[in-house]
Amino acid sequence: MFVAIMLVLVAVGTVVFHFLSPWWWTPIASNWGSIDDTVTLTFWITGVVFVAIVLFMAYCVFRYRYREGRRADYTPENKKLEWWLTGLTTAGVVGLLAPGLFVWNQYVTVPEEAHEFEVVGQQWQWSYRFPGADGVLGTSAPQNISDDNPFGLNPDDPNSQDDILIEDDEVHLPLHKPAKFLLRSIDVLHDFYVPQFRAKMDLVPGMVTFFWATPTRAGTFDILCFELCGVGHHTMRGTVVVEEESAYRAWLQEQPTFAQSMTEARNGAEDDSRENLKLVLGEAEAGSTAR
Amino acid sequence: MAYVTHDDAQSVPLAEVGEMELYHAKSWVTKYVFSQDAKVIAIQYSVTAIAIGMLGLVLSWLIRLQLGFPEVFDFITPADYYQFITMHGMIMVIYLLTALFLGGFGNYLIPLMVGARDMVFPYVNMLSYWIYLVAVLVLVASWFVPGGPTGAGWTLYPPQAILSGTPGAEGGILLMLISLALFIIGFTMGGLNYVVTVLQARTRGMTLMRMPLTIWGIFVATCLALLAFPALFVGAVMMTFDSLLGSSFFMPAIVEFGELLDYEGGSPVFFQHMFWFFGHPEVYIVALPAFGMVSDLLSVHARKNIFGYRMMVWAIVVIGGLSFIVWAHHMYVSGMNPYFGFFFATTTLIIAVPTAIKVYNWTLTLWQGNIHLTIPMLFALAFIVTFVNGGITGLFLGNVTADVPLSDTMFVVAHFHMVMGVAPLLVVFGAIYHWYPLMTGRMLDETMGQFHFWVTFLGAYAVFLPIHYLGLLGVPRRYFELTDISFIPDSVQTLSAFVTVVALIVGFAQLVFIYNLIVSRTKGEPAGRNPWRATTLEWQTAEVPPGHGNFGETLPVVYRWAYAFSVPGARDDFIPQNLPPDQVPTDGSVS
Repeated sequence: MFVAIMLVLVAVGTVVFHFLSPWWWTPIASNWGSIDDTVTLTFWITGVVFVAIVLFMAYCVFRYRYREGRRADYTPENKKLEWWLTGLTTAGVVGLLAPGLFVWNQYVTVPEEAHEFEVVGQQWQWSYRFPGADGVLGTSAPQNISDDNPFGLNPDDPNSQDDILIEDDEVHLPLHKPAKFLLRSIDVLHDFYVPQFRAKMDLVPGMVTFFWATPTRAGTFDILCFELCGVGHHTMRGTVVVEEESAYRAWLQEQPTFAQSMTEARNGAEDDSRENLKLVLGEAEAGSTAR
Repeated sequence: MAYVTHDDAQSVPLAEVGEMELYHAKSWVTKYVFSQDAKVIAIQYSVTAIAIGMLGLVLSWLIRLQLGFPEVFDFITPADYYQFITMHGMIMVIYLLTALFLGGFGNYLIPLMVGARDMVFPYVNMLSYWIYLVAVLVLVASWFVPGGPTGAGWTLYPPQAILSGTPGAEGGILLMLISLALFIIGFTMGGLNYVVTVLQARTRGMTLMRMPLTIWGIFVATCLALLAFPALFVGAVMMTFDSLLGSSFFMPAIVEFGELLDYEGGSPVFFQHMFWFFGHPEVYIVALPAFGMVSDLLSVHARKNIFGYRMMVWAIVVIGGLSFIVWAHHMYVSGMNPYFGFFFATTTLIIAVPTAIKVYNWTLTLWQGNIHLTIPMLFALAFIVTFVNGGITGLFLGNVTADVPLSDTMFVVAHFHMVMGVAPLLVVFGAIYHWYPLMTGRMLDETMGQFHFWVTFLGAYAVFLPIHYLGLLGVPRRYFELTDISFIPDSVQTLSAFVTVVALIVGFAQLVFIYNLIVSRTKGEPAGRNPWRATTLEWQTAEVPPGHGNFGETLPVVYRWAYAFSVPGARDDFIPQNLPPDQVPTDGSVS
């Protein structure tokens, strides 16, 4: 009796916890409501199965508990019942899978009108690059990376020159505009995730990965690294500011282009190249040991 | 209802099984230390696995202390934390669960349950254990090299696993890779034994479809391991080359802290494919023996045949096969070709069907049974609850779309702990309470057993259920601390502290269990022969605990399946597999 009651309590307690839990999705701020719907649907279908199975066990444990002289039934198989259960389970699985694959098809199909920008990850900071007036991001390679060219852009590529570089962990995005997030890492695996957007993807050195999302709510949201990237993983943060397109345009205008930053670097280098180098080396060392 | 008779009175006259030449130990050392007896090797494997598992348990306490009370235990640095989670994961999955299920239970039960005198290659079996022990020692040694053990996460993803931003990149990662390679070599020696013994050394009448499900589970799991571990082995060797020799299997051109490294052209995602080609079958390497054993526990203690035996066997085989084509569901957001998602989500959800059938058949075994609520039965019931709970959250993560927001959150941590941590361990406990009387001749203490069961079951459930919801909220896994994240409310810290306290209590209950194992060895109630009135051969040996060579003068002959419980017409509610049909006592009602 006690065991049966405990089993019922586990089933009921789980359901009660589910509905009373204050820990739930953080309110969504992108177009991916369909992902939430898939999760909710899965909760319903699997929740019913879980409760049914545990309650059935509780019933059996109570109803068929040991009694002196009772004899268990001897039924090695019941093909009809087994095929019924197989069929129902298959139907449930199809019911979960079909909407899942449908939404996945949207996830992997980037809309034509999406504007591209690049997220660059390195231990343990984010930076960003937007295409300039030509609308095309220039090519890049790790071999090009230097103090003056932290993004590793190809200086000979005409498309690079007007690229807008944001050497800061804060990025701005326009509201209601589908964005294709191009993801590039220059050292190890990272993962770009804004929980309010629901969409994420790993950054993999040696290749450019992507996902897309349309911000649908203005605000400031945290960017977290979601793929273990070394001892500073938990400190690798950023912010995304979602705002009206005009404000976004104004913000973008203030950011330097690649050509500008190269010119500045050349001018600066004449004065204090030695100081600069020392500073950068010191920082890198501190970063690799202290954190 | 369609009844299927299990030709339970008919002996299958196989060709005479030749008696094997046994190695007879001549000294104490060859009997108990360098033993070639599978039963002794089983105990050696189990004790070693449990010992290293205790280290894994202690590491989990340290992890929980940091998560529950950040900044209180300031001796835990971020580097320590990442080393703890890495070593905890690897120890629990490989060195505890795999070793205990296959090296421990496999060695003990296979020869006894199929009616063999020993494993077919006893010498290689002995080597298997000693190489495993060396692997464990190499793993532990990584605490004593400069930089300490690796903190790359148990998945060991390059490039970070071998770069300086990760703790243990100096020596720890190499020792980890070497230890894994050794483990795999040792396991292969044992694994070949288990497979060949099941296929070749079964006694007369023990057809494949009369084998207990325990043996089916261990057998298929071993086949998976023999096919899956080589992928990890090769991956480990290649990463060792990348680290030591500067090859670029997994390493593209990288700028590390401003410095261009001497690598080019390798693929980090390639390693992930190799890792998970091993890693997903690994889940079933742990789960299938648990499936098998729990089937037998339920049947024996409910005094009822396992429901749908043939379906259960085929489900194990189908799950084993499918487990090789689902691996990339761990990589939906890894940057691999996103179109793989369609294929792997489909195969992954298909695997839910045979798995669900097993769950139904376990519960239908209880139905119309005569359920003894013994400790093994309690653990078996708790297994079903936790396994169903952990299994259904797999349907979230396997269904590619739902995985996107949940991957790398605490939801994943809760899922795999429930389904391949808590659930299989509950079977381990149930199985130990069930077979301890056979191994020692004494029962484990019932009161301590009740305490152990309730604290472990309810405690572990209370630990991992709420963690799912943290993942839903967006709390990342593998975070040393959660400072300054705007969407995380303070209540998360309260919940984490609660989880830590419960986890420590559950951990304490395991110490009671260990104490029980030690004390009952000499002080436990004598078990006598076949205390659970089971049908399988291991309980029908000439002496308890079974001696050298397992069975007496002649090997048993098997006449029926392993689930002849409460057969109508028979006097007792069980008929041993080796009892000749003309000697089965009847109740007089049917002739």
